[in-house]
Formats: sequence, structure tokens, C-alpha cells
Amino acid sequence: MKAIRAIAMNTFKEAIRNKILYSLIFFAFVMMLVSLFLDQATVGQRNKIIKDMGLGSINLFGAIIAIIVGINLVYQEIEKRTIYPLLAKPVRRVQFLFGKYLGIVLTLFVETVLMSCFLLLLVFVYEGRIDFYLTVSLLTIFIELTVVSAVAIFFSSFSSPFLSGMFTFAIFIIGHLTPYLKQFGRDSGNAFFEQAATFFYYVLPDLERFNFKAEAVYHLPIEPEKVILTVLYGLLYVSTLMVLSTLSFERRDFK
Amino acid sequence: MQTAIETQNLSKTFKSGFLLKETQALSDLNLTVASGGIFGFLGPNGAGKTTTIKLLTGLIRATSGEGKILGKPIQDVSVRTRLGFLPERPYFYEYLTGLEFLHFCGELHGMNKTDRIQKIESLLELVQMKGLETRQLRRYSKGMLQRIGLAQALINDPEIVILDEPMSGLDPVGRKEVRDIMLLLKEMGKTVFFSTHILSDAELICDQVAILIQGKLKNQGKLETLLNPKVTSIDVCLQNVTEQQIGALDFVSTPVKVYEHTLLLSLENEGKLSRLMDWVHQESGKIVSITPRKETLEDMFMEEFNAVKA
Repeated sequence: MKAIRAIAMNTFKEAIRNKILYSLIFFAFVMMLVSLFLDQATVGQRNKIIKDMGLGSINLFGAIIAIIVGINLVYQEIEKRTIYPLLAKPVRRVQFLFGKYLGIVLTLFVETVLMSCFLLLLVFVYEGRIDFYLTVSLLTIFIELTVVSAVAIFFSSFSSPFLSGMFTFAIFIIGHLTPYLKQFGRDSGNAFFEQAATFFYYVLPDLERFNFKAEAVYHLPIEPEKVILTVLYGLLYVSTLMVLSTLSFERRDFK
Repeated sequence: MQTAIETQNLSKTFKSGFLLKETQALSDLNLTVASGGIFGFLGPNGAGKTTTIKLLTGLIRATSGEGKILGKPIQDVSVRTRLGFLPERPYFYEYLTGLEFLHFCGELHGMNKTDRIQKIESLLELVQMKGLETRQLRRYSKGMLQRIGLAQALINDPEIVILDEPMSGLDPVGRKEVRDIMLLLKEMGKTVFFSTHILSDAELICDQVAILIQGKLKNQGKLETLLNPKVTSIDVCLQNVTEQQIGALDFVSTPVKVYEHTLLLSLENEGKLSRLMDWVHQESGKIVSITPRKETLEDMFMEEFNAVKA
């Protein structure tokens, strides 16, 4: 456990000392500020726009950070051979991978909290109160980011950073379209296509499950069971991916 | 005496490219490294030295055969608590300071903070990095990285220290410093296993060596038994005599080298030396130097290497 904690903290240190992270957070802040100037197009809906764009920015930039950090921090260890002295110590490969993952999750947590505070502050300035309803959506966004980073770790456990980045980004996009995938297969009228669509529907992460933006922005009722199930779904998906990543990483030769 | 490292028919084949072309990097390595002392693992580039070290440290998996460290299989992670390792051309986390890096390595060995602080203090003294530990690793020179690398390999006070090409890329001062640290580790009763292709370094400090060529072990043993202790030839430097005069002597069979006014020749035994000295005296020549030569590690290495090539 000590080894996992040490690797996680070291990964976190590495991530927060990387300038790319700050650039992306800066862009997310800029996107949120831009929403303040969109009120002319949306008369009377300004606060909704701020919340909607804010949550969207946190989600998008969070995913980009999850992909970049998730892939780079594992790949660099191998490419720059920093992993050599590590694995020659009493550290199991599974501990290394979990340590890396937890470090990335910690980075995403701090980054999400930072961006969330900025959004809540903007809303507070505009509405004069803290909108706690947004926190449900912020929580599920964070869980989604942990899934995306697990996908990134999974691909980088056996593939190059470029391919891993492409695959993970593709899964992030497709993951938001999976509810349509099943419907699309059914509508195609082709048995093979329908089966393939159903297969991918179950295998790929359903990232739309984590989308509570509309409920948060328009203050629609949110069932607690639905949120709990969503969190559990995220945890289950992350666990499965980490098991698969470990299996692939265990067999890998560091040439 | 306890065995520190032992391998039996350890082999590694790499598959590469689209067609998974096989390359045999190591074949049937049977190596025995006794505890204590310095063991030099020698071989030209591409001989399989790093592959062997990666197998011993668990970075790659053997295709066949087995290896043991302190009696435990190399796959056993627990044995690494008694092992220290410095990879070739080490590259560490450049965003960390030397001190942070050493603390991190200590944590991986499960050391508590008090122990880490004490150990790091003594290691910084040992590798002469005191006062430089708060700099980020990206600001370290090659020699400094090598020294901090040695410190991380020793953080857990290991019984066996494996060093992959520890002198490579270092200047003569740096090489001497690394050699001195290795000798100190030997004095402390540790086993130092290091790979190198710099034979002069190995000859200076090794108790035992193994020679690996094209993935196969060619020779292994103590230096004093491997190398012929007898004088194999005598180099003589002469002046005030000509090359033609020397050429006419029937007991000089080796070619004579001429450097301006000096002649250099090699004799096979002391009998011939005494005849040459008498002759030089007669001809009023001058003997500048007489150097007896013993077999060097390089001679033995080249002999093995040429045998494989042939």
C-alpha cells in the first residue's frame, strides 16, 4: 500500500508540475468567461448559459486532461526508462499501475474542484447564491473523467501514445453516443449490424449516463438512486479496465 | 560460500516487427556469482549484458531457463528488498529534486521518514552530492545523475548491487569515483555485479569476471585463474643500434618497430633477453627500457572474441 501511495503522490507531483495542465485549465476558465458575453443571443437565459457552458467546459477540458495525463504519465515512464529502477524495487507491476492511476485521479480531482469553484463563483456573482444543484453534475463529470483516464491507461498499457490518444478520444466521443448505437443497429435492418451494435453498446462505456447537466442547469428532479447507480457503474467500469490493463502490463517486456 | 546470483539455461528471444521476427538475445546462460566481491560482466555492445540484467531485475521475462537471486526465483518480488539496481544511462524524473527522488525510492522500499532522512544523509556523503540535493534532476550533469543513481540503488542497504554500465559516458574522474564506491561496497561485504565493455576498469577492481559474446557465456571465473600469471613476453626499447642489425639476429623473431631513433621489439623469454643484452653491450647500444608483459583481460577477451568470429 505504501508503494501505491508513493507512486500516486509522485504521479500527482509530476502532473501538477506540467505546464500543459495549467494551459488547459486556463482555456476552461476562458470558455466559462466567454459565456458571460453570450447573453445577447439568449435573452433572460444568461444564468443557464453560464451553467451549461461551465459544466460543458469542465467536462471537455477535464476529458482532454484525463487523456493527455493518463497516456503521457504511463508512456513516459517506459519511453524515458524511469520505470526501470522502480520495477527493480519491491514494487509489483499491478501496484505501479494502480499508483499511476490513483495519481492521475487525484490530479483530475484537484483540477475538477478548481474549475468547479470557478464556475460556482461565476454563478454566485451572477445569481448572488451558490447553486449546490450543480454539484451533482460536477460529481458525475468527475466519475466520467475517472472512466476516461482508465481507458487511457488501458490503451497505454500496450500501445503507443499517439494511438492510445486517438483510441481514447474516439471512445470519449462514441461513449456519449452509445444510447443511439443500439437504436441505430435496430433501425439498420441488418442482423449482423444489429448484433455488432448491441455488442459495442455493452462493451463501450456509456458516458451519457454521467450527463446530469440538464437536470442541474434547469433544476429538474434527480433521483438519488440514479446517481448512486451511475457512480457504481463508473466504478465497475474502471475496475474492469484496470484488471485488463494489469493483465496486459504484467506480460509486457521493457526492452 | 553463499551464491548471490545463479542462472540455469537462462534464455531470451525477442520478437520484433510486423512478422514477429525472432532474435536470440541470450542463450542458455549458466552463471554463478558468489556472495561478496566485485563481479564484472563483460562483453561487446549487443552481447546480451543488458538483457541478462533486465531478466535478473524482472524488467523482462525469460523465454526459458531460470534465475535465482539469493536463492529465490528472480520473479519473486520480495527478493528485490535485498537488491539495488542502477540502469544504463539512467534517466530519472527530471521535475523532482535529488532529495525528493531519494525519498520516493526509500518510500518504495517501505522505509519510514526518519530512516529515510538518516540513510539519505549518509548516501549523499558517499556519492559526494551533499549540497546538490535540492536541485532538480534536470539540472544535473551526467556524472551527477550517475551518482544520484548509485545513491538510489543503495537506499535500502542492499546485499547485491547490480550496475549496468556504470562508467559509460563518464570522464576519467567520474569513472574513478564510481570505481572507488564499488570498492567501498565490496569492503562493506556487498556483492557488486556490474556490466561493462571497458576492460581496464574491470581488470582494476574485479574479483571475478564472466565474458558474454553474442548471447553466449564464453568464460567465467576468478581473474587470477583466468589470466596467465606468467610473463608472456618482454618489450625492449633500444637506441644506438639499427633495424638491419637487429634483423640479422637469429633469436629475434618478432618484427621490430622503429620510432625515430628508438627501436621497439618483443622477446618471448628471459633467455633471449639476456642474449640481447649481451649483444647490445658489444655493439655499444643503449637499452632504454625493459617491460615484462603478462596476459591482460583485454588479451583474453580478444582471444574469445576472435574465436567466436572465426
